[in-house]
Amino acid sequence: MPIAARIRKPLIHLFFLLFSIASLMPFVLVFMVSITDESSILKNGYSFFPSKFNFASYQFLFNDFGQIARSYGVTILVTLIGTVISLFITALFAYPLSRKDLPLRRTMSFILFFTMLFSGGMVPWYITYVTMLGLKNSLFGMIIPNLLMSAFNVLLMRSFFANTIPESIVESGTIDGASELTIFLKLVVPLSAPIMATIALFNLLAFWNDWYNCMLFIDKPELINIQYLMTKTLNNVQFLVMKADTSSQAGELLAKMPTEGVRMALAIIGIAPLLIAYPFFQKYYISGITSGAVKG
Amino acid sequence: MTELASSDAITVTPTVAPSRMRIFRRKLKKYRALLLMMIPGLIYLIVNNYIPMYGVILAFKELNYVDGIFGSPWAGLYNFKFLFNSPDAYLITRNTVLYNGAFIIVNTSIALLVALLVNEIKDKVVTRFYQSTFLLPHIISMVVVAYLVYSFLNAESGFINRTLANWFGFDSISWYNEANYWPYILVIVNMWKSVGYLAIIYFAAIIGIDKEYYEAATIDGASKWKQMTRITLPLIAPMIIVMTLLSISTIMRSDFGLFYQVPMNSGPLMPTTNTIDTFVYRAMIVRGDIGMSTAAGVYQSVVCFFLILGANFAVRRISKDNALF
Repeated sequence: MPIAARIRKPLIHLFFLLFSIASLMPFVLVFMVSITDESSILKNGYSFFPSKFNFASYQFLFNDFGQIARSYGVTILVTLIGTVISLFITALFAYPLSRKDLPLRRTMSFILFFTMLFSGGMVPWYITYVTMLGLKNSLFGMIIPNLLMSAFNVLLMRSFFANTIPESIVESGTIDGASELTIFLKLVVPLSAPIMATIALFNLLAFWNDWYNCMLFIDKPELINIQYLMTKTLNNVQFLVMKADTSSQAGELLAKMPTEGVRMALAIIGIAPLLIAYPFFQKYYISGITSGAVKG
Repeated sequence: MTELASSDAITVTPTVAPSRMRIFRRKLKKYRALLLMMIPGLIYLIVNNYIPMYGVILAFKELNYVDGIFGSPWAGLYNFKFLFNSPDAYLITRNTVLYNGAFIIVNTSIALLVALLVNEIKDKVVTRFYQSTFLLPHIISMVVVAYLVYSFLNAESGFINRTLANWFGFDSISWYNEANYWPYILVIVNMWKSVGYLAIIYFAAIIGIDKEYYEAATIDGASKWKQMTRITLPLIAPMIIVMTLLSISTIMRSDFGLFYQVPMNSGPLMPTTNTIDTFVYRAMIVRGDIGMSTAAGVYQSVVCFFLILGANFAVRRISKDNALF
């Protein structure tokens, strides 16, 4: 065996080992800072191997759980409602498009498709939602704008329906006298579990990770979601304390607060659910991406 | 069925063929359930996408809140003139285009390298493990990315200033105040976040290549390197070109989170972090300049529109399957 061939394998693995470390390292650093003693941070800065551990940051966050719990609640509620509605209207729009005999099919496709080509821009879009629909400071402001249905997801679903649902199944349903809705719900949807799971996952991540809509449409602290709470806290730790029971307590709390560690602890609390769930859904997520790649 | 046929016989006179309109109407009736299913999505597209398109007229208005959008006087091209006469117009266009250009080159080449190397690993479990780790950055929000970057760049206690500066003996740098470092930082951050995703797309294309090519090549004694350069790359070249063209078509758009969250909206960094998207946001929310921010948005949308048409035309000629329309 020539030398080149013998060292190729270890080299490739070394490359990926480094690549994996680079992918994971920042998460580890943030986690380590969150459990580092504040005095150790002041002395040595952020470190992967802190000289002194301390869970005061987490203790602080759990003692004043009000704002975090609320924001978590908002995020979970928005994610659940959003994902379900989104999956529903995406599937309902994609399925008829996959039926070759549908009248107005080309018109509907064009209406969908044109949104990928041209947009009115952010300003008229924002004004539409705020002045016409009054979504300012409403939970719907985090659910509806931009996140509910993406043309790309519709196209992904449409090609799945068109490629994997045999026409004969729809025909057999018609012969048995089933209505279109029954055919869709009882025959098509059960056969489409992979694409349903993929799109649901895409939606779930989009709603969970959203901070943009919250930044634009929400002012009230009690409606702020976890991502935007994290944004505010990164810029200003004081924001976390704002919701403390009384304002007189806030100054005192802030004085005792391990500020650097608390920021990072909040980041860990914010991403923990995603990191824990990731091993379970990454298989579907990867297959979703690749199916999108095969036919965009 | 027989009932339907007999009613048809009554309505359709045998000598005149049913008009196209009638066939269409009958089809509408037959498929009304399917069309009704599309209504929620249709309403959503109208509200979220089409009504805002109409709002583009704001760019040609001198908006005042007393008269509202429609009552406000026309301003002609004033907002556009004002925008293009300001130094911002050049700066934000340059930043947006150059960053996207850099992202395309860096991300594509590294993602290709990763995809080609992953393909060399025959062990399925190991492959999956690597794929999962380098996709992880892709699933987190830009807010979290901002935290991760902050933990490295924070002036007082960040990892680079406190630990790396000590090891390698350089002075600590006030990262969030020094604009000239940010082109590199943002390219690295974007690469870190998106290479895994792109690599998986290219990897999927590589897996789709017929194995017989490699078997034949191995029999002919072609080395691994030869197989890579003579089989794999040429066969996925159309895919690479298509992906690149599609990226070029949106070269005027930028990831708002990357350019707003990651530099933490820091003022001194504007010269190298302001893009069209962050400019539009700031002009509207911070300065309340509806006319100019709409004009900037229209400028972006119109250029993008023609770029997408052009890219699609080019993609069609390379690979019809990958064209958008």
